[in-house]
Amino acid sequence: MYKIESKNINLFYGDHHALKNINLQMKANTVTALIGPSGCGKSTYLRLLNRMNDLIENVRIEGTVMIDNKDIYARGIKIDELRKKVGMVFQKPNPFPKTIFENVAYGLRVNGISNKSYIEERVTRSLQNAALWEEVKDKLKKSAFELSGGQQQRLCIARALAIEPSIVLMDEPASALDPISTAKIEELIYELKDKYTIVIVTHNMQQAARVSDRTAFFYIGELIEFNDTKEIFTNPQNQRTQNYITGRFG
Amino acid sequence: MKKIISYIINRIITALLYISGSITSIIVILIVIFLFSEGAGMFGQEPTEKGFILAVNKTNKVSHLSAEQTKLIFDGEITNWQKVGGKNDSIILFRMDNITDYFTEEQIGENFEHLPACISKVVDSIPGIIAFVGKTYTDKNFAGKELKVDKLTVRDFLFGQLWFPTAHPVAVFGALPLLLGTFWVSIFAILFALPLGLATAIYIAEVANPVVRNILKPVIELLAGIPSVVYGFFGLVVVVPFIQSVFNLPVGETAFAGSIILGIMALPTIITISEDAIRTTPRSMKEASLALGANHWQTIFRVILPYSSSGITAGAILGIGRAIGETMAVLMVTGNAAVMPHTLLEPVRTIPATIAAELGEAPQGGLHYESLFILGCVLFLITMLVNLAVEFISRRNKRVAS
Amino acid sequence: MNKRIKQQIAFWTLRIMSSIVVLFLVLILGFIISKGIGVINWKFLTTMPEDGMTKGGIYPAIIGTFCLVGGSMLFAFPIGVMSGIFIHEYAPNGFFKNFVQLMTNNLAGVPSIVFGLFGMSLFVNKLEFGDSILAGSLTLGLLVLPVVIRTTEEALKSVNDSFRLASYGLGANKLQTIWRVVLPIATPNIITGLILSIGRVSGETAPILFTVAAYYLPTLPDSMYDQVMALPYHLYVLSTSGTNIKESRDMAYGTALVLVLIVLIANLVANAIRRFLSKKVKMN
Repeated sequence: MYKIESKNINLFYGDHHALKNINLQMKANTVTALIGPSGCGKSTYLRLLNRMNDLIENVRIEGTVMIDNKDIYARGIKIDELRKKVGMVFQKPNPFPKTIFENVAYGLRVNGISNKSYIEERVTRSLQNAALWEEVKDKLKKSAFELSGGQQQRLCIARALAIEPSIVLMDEPASALDPISTAKIEELIYELKDKYTIVIVTHNMQQAARVSDRTAFFYIGELIEFNDTKEIFTNPQNQRTQNYITGRFG
Repeated sequence: MKKIISYIINRIITALLYISGSITSIIVILIVIFLFSEGAGMFGQEPTEKGFILAVNKTNKVSHLSAEQTKLIFDGEITNWQKVGGKNDSIILFRMDNITDYFTEEQIGENFEHLPACISKVVDSIPGIIAFVGKTYTDKNFAGKELKVDKLTVRDFLFGQLWFPTAHPVAVFGALPLLLGTFWVSIFAILFALPLGLATAIYIAEVANPVVRNILKPVIELLAGIPSVVYGFFGLVVVVPFIQSVFNLPVGETAFAGSIILGIMALPTIITISEDAIRTTPRSMKEASLALGANHWQTIFRVILPYSSSGITAGAILGIGRAIGETMAVLMVTGNAAVMPHTLLEPVRTIPATIAAELGEAPQGGLHYESLFILGCVLFLITMLVNLAVEFISRRNKRVAS
Repeated sequence: MNKRIKQQIAFWTLRIMSSIVVLFLVLILGFIISKGIGVINWKFLTTMPEDGMTKGGIYPAIIGTFCLVGGSMLFAFPIGVMSGIFIHEYAPNGFFKNFVQLMTNNLAGVPSIVFGLFGMSLFVNKLEFGDSILAGSLTLGLLVLPVVIRTTEEALKSVNDSFRLASYGLGANKLQTIWRVVLPIATPNIITGLILSIGRVSGETAPILFTVAAYYLPTLPDSMYDQVMALPYHLYVLSTSGTNIKESRDMAYGTALVLVLIVLIANLVANAIRRFLSKKVKMN
């Protein structure tokens, strides 16, 4: 039984064939890293899982994506319900121009929750889970822009956690951060694994090796290899995978 | 040799470029200098008609009056000296023409040679008199006392409530009704244009599909391109009669008509600037909101609008600026009565309309002419402030965005 | 309330309000066109006004506007383009450039009637041009100067820096680069701006009220020191202070339509150039 299961995925941007026949499964409470050179389709694949690609004009998708055994591209699926279940953290920290508190509360409010004490409790817990609570508990009413880049990114993680998703997608979450903040985020990912299924896109192979259980290598729209992280980094089956992880191209 | 020539040409052209680069700054400074130097002369002058004086009986305690008081006295609205700080005695008006009520033509003399003496006698014999007489007829033996009219001050100009620049014997320059009229019309124009403009901007930037967008964009460009005199004409032949019949008014030329036309004219400014602001919202911010389960409208309302609020504010302020400075359309539809505005359904008069309507009749160098240039200065200052405010807001916005 | 329903309501509100904006334009244009189309004919465009401007044509006003547009462009176009080149290509980033840009924005925001006052005081009185085409053209020129400067700046901004670098790389100096490489690429965009500012100038009334416009003239101008009639002022006169406002209404409709047509054509041509350009860019 898989948490996420994609079968024969093909995706086109106009005439451009961006994903070619992808089959990929992920179990619950694991961290899966998607790696590969720029433009290989790993981010496109990630955005498929919460239907973020729908926002782009001229996009065409074939195949099925099942989350919890339900086809998320089937008719009648409510996209906002899906996105509530599948949280996302973006490449650059992108807090809203609101207070720290309101940033975290945003997802709850737009999903119709107005119970004040419940919101407060969820915000606190999410900030704790994102390992940010100690740093911001005295300035919840301050603008989110006053935080450092690393803090902003953890705030964005807290924001994603607040609506209690079961899956968290991360699109190069540490690429814009300094090494110390990156370490904190990685530590956090490791802790979050207990409660969430995590899919992370990364450019940084050491990062993939450190945080993930399984790794998928993408190359020009194709899934070249998908295996346990240890296997991929120590004993890649495909020549191109080996070339990539040993730094011959990328 | 050729090298030297080309070097010289190069230097000359570069110098020309520097000069033309500074030209806007030079023009702005010139505008300030010219408007101000043409207009500033009015302050410190007496608004009494040139060559004339006001005279009263020697026993009268009142030594000076304000321009407004003088006007009200000669209009017959103030009839007792008590009202202006004198004794309880009714005011008796005397103009040059009235001399025949007191003296026969023979007494005055064939060539008016006895006129000064006659005037002197009249002023001396009636305690409550106020006489408006030519300066040449008051000599050393004049038995009356000259009544001073307060000199024009900036304060009276800005806060005076009466605008009668051609009144006799004393012109009154109180620009408050014009200032308020300008704001009155502009604010209602924005109240009506802002919701429409903002909605259209959101629609174009976020909701409309490309086909609709490609129709709306040129429509807005055209709205911006139509000359103001055509808007005024449309207002005059369509909006004004419409308002007159709907509200059953004696005249349709009202502040309301002005606001509607100005609102339509301000729409393109508001729409283009707000749309630009909405478009600058980073894609990542929209995606973050959608990824949290917000739908499109929630994203617009809770993220995009707050993010672009300063740009939208800038658009609204610029729209007000455009409305404040608009001349022809307002001149044609607001009825141009220089009174303090009370309702939207009365005629009002704005500063630009006043300048356009009166400058042609104001003799060059006179007080009236100067006062119109001061109005121009006021208008210039207002729009300058508007521009600086917009500049400030958009600079701050840039900083937040980065 | 369900958030989906809220979204539906919000989007329909937006649609309706945008339609109102379109409706304004349709109303105004529709009215002017339907009333004016019957008035415009060859005679209307090419004969003098007759019978106290209640009959005949608007020939002198068309000629006057033509003179004013030509005169103002002769003044504003070269200076504006040079100023735009200076701001975008020469001025070093910093206080001076910011100041110049701020002043250009300020000048763009100055109300047209203030230009009228300034033009009257400087050109008509101080320089003693009198009420003349010269004074009117210069005043209108000042008014569109910021527009020309801005479009030039925008046009230069859209020229890719690689062209400049390539030219410098071949040993060209700054002026040669601008003259031979940058300007040819930017020219169509600058022309678009020029056409749009022609539309703007031909409709401006307030700046010419006291600098050139005549209520009625039986003859055409001989020199640039003559007064002229002009279309926008003619419309103002016909609709508010003509000898017989009711009877000259038809003339007013015709004049309004001519003004609208000028703007319409300017916009169409500018858009056509723009579309042509974007296609060319795509082909490259």
